Amino acid sequence: MDALLDLLKKNARESDATLAKLLGTTEQEVRARIAAYEQEGVIRGFQALLNTDRLDTNDVRAVIELRIRPEREGGFDRVAARIGKFPQVESMYLMSGAYDLLLFVKGASLQEVANFVSARLAPLDGVLSTATHFMLKTYKDQGVLMESEPHDDRLQVCP
Amino acid sequence: MTTDSKSAPDFVAPHVRSLPKSGIRDFFDIVAGRKDVISLGIGEPDFQTPWHIRERAIEAIERGATRYTSNLGTPELRQALAAYMRQSFHAEYDWQHEILVTVGVSEAFDLALRAILSPGDEVLYHEPCFVAYAPLIRMAHGVPVPVETFRKDDFRLTVAELEKKVTPRTRALLLNFPNNPTGATLDLTDTEALADFAIRHNLLVISDEVYSELTYEGGRHSMAAIPRLRDRLIFLNGFSKAWSMTGFRLGYACAPAPLTDAMMKIHQFGMMCASSISQTAGLEAVRHGDAAINEMRDSYHLRRNFVVASLNEMGLDCFMPRGAFYVFPSIQSTGLSSKEFALRLLNEYNVACVPGGAFGACGEGFLRCAYATGMEPLKEAMDRMRTFVRALAR
Repeated sequence: MDALLDLLKKNARESDATLAKLLGTTEQEVRARIAAYEQEGVIRGFQALLNTDRLDTNDVRAVIELRIRPEREGGFDRVAARIGKFPQVESMYLMSGAYDLLLFVKGASLQEVANFVSARLAPLDGVLSTATHFMLKTYKDQGVLMESEPHDDRLQVCP
Repeated sequence: MTTDSKSAPDFVAPHVRSLPKSGIRDFFDIVAGRKDVISLGIGEPDFQTPWHIRERAIEAIERGATRYTSNLGTPELRQALAAYMRQSFHAEYDWQHEILVTVGVSEAFDLALRAILSPGDEVLYHEPCFVAYAPLIRMAHGVPVPVETFRKDDFRLTVAELEKKVTPRTRALLLNFPNNPTGATLDLTDTEALADFAIRHNLLVISDEVYSELTYEGGRHSMAAIPRLRDRLIFLNGFSKAWSMTGFRLGYACAPAPLTDAMMKIHQFGMMCASSISQTAGLEAVRHGDAAINEMRDSYHLRRNFVVASLNEMGLDCFMPRGAFYVFPSIQSTGLSSKEFALRLLNEYNVACVPGGAFGACGEGFLRCAYATGMEPLKEAMDRMRTFVRALAR
């Protein structure tokens, strides 16, 4: 992967000036490359990575396994596109194995998520079954540990 | 009680008493305990030891692999090191007779010197350099002979300078590239010329290549890759820098059997063996640690670019080092000595760097900045240094 993308994955807020120095190039070049990646749809957005356990919120998250009937034309894509339009669905993947779609869903309460599954997802044409698992705690997200390892405890000066 | 009764200081041997205190130690005492200091003075990776390596160490303890090992090191580790030397350094060493696992490169270095030196033998070493070389030569009853390296050569060691210092009493040549504190590296013509010099003057070469995995450009040019030098080379390497394993204290020496055997004699009586737990961790590192090295190397590489660009931009001249994790900017344009510069930077801006003079007289006028620290503190440190340099210029 391009080192620029690697750096942005680690810290999307890095300034163009710093990125230019890190990569041994100019700020203009950095801006042009980022713009090109956005244009090509490689970069789809920049988001903050939150430890929601530390937030004062009752939001609940669930993982939902969905079995769906593929269609003769288009396979899973048409059903997936319909499901993906629900704002409750944060992420969705087509999977190999015992089920077809894996959904990460967010709601304001257990009840709200349960209603979403029973009233919206399960009745959809083509959905064969659902299995819902509520998430209890986040340990690691996007490669980042929610509780960091201990602070830098190296000697302050050493040979 | 007689008048010539000895007190504690009198029991210290004269050659130890006369050892100067390390310049780094001086500076450490000043920095120690201060809060909010951003330190670019740490000669140690900032990464945690890769988890798969730590996990193997835990597993070694669980399994009870906590006993003495063979003096030379475990057969598995020595076999893995022989394979690593072949693959990464194009050098053939017989794991049964030519590889010795040690407690860090520091012990290997000490063993090498004690194995080869007789009192009064001279040893050539290049400055600026790691602080331990001259004291270890002295404690092995040798005579350290510094050879200068210069900014104009990007701190590479030249044969012309060596020729000025070599005498009939010279026994060995010490090398450390990529270099702490300058980040200097050798290219192929340098290693060939140094090998010819050693052969011409009938010297042994001790090459400490502990930073070799952290080479960013220009390829890795090791003394171990020169076949005609093989019979007079003690090659030293370790796990601390490559795999961020400083606290494991694990290193090794590769040398022809008679030299390995001589070092082993001292090691077996003085140390017995390296930590068995560390050896298990080291085996994991050398077998499965390539991805971890690549990731850390890429990160250092980018940070080096950042620091060199920032320092040059603020008017502190420095060349682009191709290895290790140090840059060695000149602070001569500020009119301060390197110690004054470092002290004021610490006292007024809370940034710690080591004055170049701590690494030998010819390091005066320079500063060692280690970029083995996270991007955020590094950025902050560069901002503070820029403010300091601007204030000095007014």
